[in-house]
Amino acid sequence: MYDFDWSSIPGALPFLWDGMKISLEITVTAVIFGIVWGTLLAMLRLSPVKPLAWFAAGYVNLFRSIPLVMVLLWFFLIVPQLLRSFFNLDPNTDVRLTSAMIGFALFESAYYSEIIRAGIQSVPKGQVAAASALGMSYSQAMRLVVLPQAFRNMVPLLLTQAIVLFQDTSLVYMSALADFFGAAYKVGDRDGRLVELLLFAGVVYFLICFAASQLVRRYQKKLNAHVAH
Amino acid sequence: MNYQWNWGIFLSPAASGDSTYLGWMLSGLQTTVLLSLSAWLIALALGSLMGVLRTVPNKWLSGLASAYVEIFRNVPLLVQLFIWYFVLPELLPASLGDAFKQKLDPVTQQFVSAMVCLGFFTSARVCEQVRAGINSLPRGQKNAGLALGFTLPQTYRHVLLPMAFRLVVPPLTSEFLNIFKNSAVCSTIGLLELAAQGRQLVDYTAQPYESFIAVTLLYVLINVVVMTLMRHLENKTRVPGYLGGK
Repeated sequence: MYDFDWSSIPGALPFLWDGMKISLEITVTAVIFGIVWGTLLAMLRLSPVKPLAWFAAGYVNLFRSIPLVMVLLWFFLIVPQLLRSFFNLDPNTDVRLTSAMIGFALFESAYYSEIIRAGIQSVPKGQVAAASALGMSYSQAMRLVVLPQAFRNMVPLLLTQAIVLFQDTSLVYMSALADFFGAAYKVGDRDGRLVELLLFAGVVYFLICFAASQLVRRYQKKLNAHVAH
Repeated sequence: MNYQWNWGIFLSPAASGDSTYLGWMLSGLQTTVLLSLSAWLIALALGSLMGVLRTVPNKWLSGLASAYVEIFRNVPLLVQLFIWYFVLPELLPASLGDAFKQKLDPVTQQFVSAMVCLGFFTSARVCEQVRAGINSLPRGQKNAGLALGFTLPQTYRHVLLPMAFRLVVPPLTSEFLNIFKNSAVCSTIGLLELAAQGRQLVDYTAQPYESFIAVTLLYVLINVVVMTLMRHLENKTRVPGYLGGK
């Protein structure tokens, strides 16, 4: 039977916490940017101007048919070169974190845009008609009438997607960036305690994601009860 | 940027000597497809079983199935993969673990771990779809089955599941697509599937753009083929009278 030895974890906690901060940083940036760009994409896709709608549909379908791993590989290849030539950075500047953030944000916005499009379409048509009858322009109707209602119904789905995204950030391991998983792997590799560190990482991810998804579920229930009354 | 495009690179002999770089790509594609299909079989079998368990009246069984789903949904795929590949062989009884580590060649080890990992990961999602399918059936169907003297397993076998499986075909399509995309994660344990071959080609040829464009297009191609096949299956299995039915 395997002899467990957990002694390398306590000393590594500060390093692991630094890793967790990177994971969270990527998650939060990608969620915020993803929702903003995703909303724009959703509005473009529903817009009556055909080329705009085609662009948005192409963007969303392309990103949704490629594996995230592949998208990240692209971004670790291209973005560093672009950033360096645009900002005249020293070739040794570490731009992996920025590349990862941009990659995740652009990738996730495709998924967010689909959630948001469904949310916008779930608002009854009469609402838009009523808004234009009141003399509102299209953008006013969107901003003041449609989006606020759509977002309220979408919050649980957006949060669930954020949990998925948080799990996916572990893939920056590929760029040797020390996010939480990367940090755990490094410590395990260094101390020859990979088994313990991988199990520890699994348990931490599980606790965070399980707790978060339970909160989302409770919020969803509250929202449903509110709508029912 | 002064990038020297060279699409001829795919036809030049690869560093391994026995094939071209195109041959590398195709062998990667083959591994991706084989891996995804075999994992899909595991996912369907386990997912259906767990999906049924989630709907049975027995609290213990449905609780067990729901714990199963929570575990596989709340741990990142990458972490699950590393646990299957690095941790599990250590925790198995010594004879079994050693057999896995020493008797199997490394490629088989990687493939088996990746297949089992993807299979279990996806089965939790399949389980939720099957459960939703069973729960979407009118309650009367189950009651009618029981009233006719069927036992509960017979009711599932002859009344509920034949309907539920037809209803869940569309949502399963997207899980099936996901398994191909998720298989790219398995490049991290060294399995030479499509994404890994793409990276390897970059290392050997210094033509990153050609390689990545080819790999990306192959993934898009897989997506299109799977979608077309599933559309066909969806048309065949659609239930008349249901939303989206004929």
